[in-house]
Amino acid sequence: MVMTLEGVEVRRRAKRLLGPIDLSLAKTGLTVVLGPNGAGKSTLLRVMHGLERLSRGRVNYDIAPEQARKSQAFVFQSPVIMRRSVAENLDYPLALVGTPKAARAAAVRDWVARIGLSESLDAPATRLSGGEKQKLALARALINVPKLLFLDEPTSNLDGTSTREIEALIRAAIADGTRVILATHDLGQARRMATDALFLVNGELVEQAPSPQFFDAPKSAQARAFQNGDIIE
Amino acid sequence: MDEILAGFGAAARLILTLDADLVEISLRSLQVSLIAVLIASAIALPFGAFLAVQRFRFRRTTIAVLNALMGLPPVVVGLLIYILLSRAGPFGGLGLLFTIKAMIIAQVVIITPLIASIAHQAMRDLWAEYHDLLISLNTTKWQRIKTLIRDGRRALLTASLAGFGRAIGEVGAIIVVGGNIDHATRVLTTAIALETGKGEFALALGLGFVLIALAIGVSVATHWLARTEKDSRW
Repeated sequence: MVMTLEGVEVRRRAKRLLGPIDLSLAKTGLTVVLGPNGAGKSTLLRVMHGLERLSRGRVNYDIAPEQARKSQAFVFQSPVIMRRSVAENLDYPLALVGTPKAARAAAVRDWVARIGLSESLDAPATRLSGGEKQKLALARALINVPKLLFLDEPTSNLDGTSTREIEALIRAAIADGTRVILATHDLGQARRMATDALFLVNGELVEQAPSPQFFDAPKSAQARAFQNGDIIE
Repeated sequence: MDEILAGFGAAARLILTLDADLVEISLRSLQVSLIAVLIASAIALPFGAFLAVQRFRFRRTTIAVLNALMGLPPVVVGLLIYILLSRAGPFGGLGLLFTIKAMIIAQVVIITPLIASIAHQAMRDLWAEYHDLLISLNTTKWQRIKTLIRDGRRALLTASLAGFGRAIGEVGAIIVVGGNIDHATRVLTTAIALETGKGEFALALGLGFVLIALAIGVSVATHWLARTEKDSRW
C-alpha cells in the first residue's frame, strides 16, 4: 500500500505541532521515524493512521480510504491492554472482522505460541510484564495481517531480550508483506531495521532518505548532530 | 437501649420462626427492588457507556442533568407518578396505581439516573484507556459501547448495586404509589414506617434489621457470583 502526505499540518490552539509535510512512502519495507523528543514522531504516525485531526492537507492511499483504514494496525508506546485474558485480547480484532470461531481459536493458539505466552493463555493480560504486554499488543496488531503497521517506540522501556523478540516479530511481519512505519529513539534499532528514514525536528521533516544514505551520509547538519548524540533544539 | 434489645429479640424471633408476614414482605421488597434494578440497569448502563463514547451537542448539559437527577426527592417522584397513574391522569386507564408495577416504575425513575451517572464515570475512565485502540481497530459506536460494558462490568456491577441499595431502602415514592396495602403492596420500608407510626418500635427495628441484612446479603452474593475480588485488577 503506497501512502502519500500532501501539505499535512497539525495545529492545536494556534501552536503548530507538525508540518507542513509532503512525502510519499514506498509499498514495502520499514520506514523509521527519527528525531529528538517533541519532534512530532508520534503525531506523524497518528496522522498517518487517522488518529489525529488534520488542520491542513491530506493523507492519500493507492486504495480506497475505507479499505486502507481496515488494512492498518497501530502499536502504542504504552501498550493498551484490554481487561481480558491473553487469549481474549488476541481474539478481539479477529471477532471484530467476523472471523469464524474455529479459525479464531487456531490463530490465537498460533500467536500465543509465537510470542511465548502459551502458558498464560487464560491469564489476565493486565498482569503480564511490560515486555509481555508489548509482545501481546504487537501480536494483536498483526493477527489480522495488516498491510500497514505503525509502531510508536514499541521497545522504549524494554530489556534486550524483549527488544530482540519484538524485532524478530517485526521482521517476520515484513517478510509476510506488512509495510512498517516505526518511530524510535533507538539509533541502533533504526540501523538494524530501517529500509528508509524520516528525520523530524520541531514538527518539520528535515530529511527523508534511504537507510544507508541517511546513516552513512546524512545531508542535514541536524541529522548529523542527532546521530552524533548532540542535543538538537 | 431496651427498645434496641427488644428490636433484636423481635427480629430474631421473626426470622427464626420464618414469620409468614415477614417472609411475604421481604420477598415483595426483593421482587420490587430487583426488577427495578434490572430495568434501570438495562437503560442506564448502555446510556452511561454511550455518554462516555459519543460526543454530541448537549452532552455536558445531559451529564449535568443526569447528576442533578441523582438527587431527585423520592416523594416528589411518587407524587408525579401518582398523578400520571391516577384515574384522572394520562395513564389512569392502565389501572396501575396501588400495584407492585407502580412501585417498580417509581423505583426505576429514582435509580436510573444514579446508575447511569456512576456507570458514565466508570465508562469515561475506561474509554480514556481504550480510546486509541478502539479507534485504531475501526470499531463502530455500538462495538465500542459493548466492549466498554463487557470490560467494565465490575464497575457497572457496583453502579447497579448502588441502585439496588437506594431502591431497597426507598420509602417516600412507593408509599405514595403503592399505598402500603397489606398482602398487596406492603414492603419492608413501608412496613417499618407503619409500625413506627403505630409506636411498635420493636417490630419496626426488627424489620429494619432484616432490611439491612437483605441489602448486605444481596451485595455480597452479587460480588461472589461475579468474582469481583478474585481478579481485582481486571
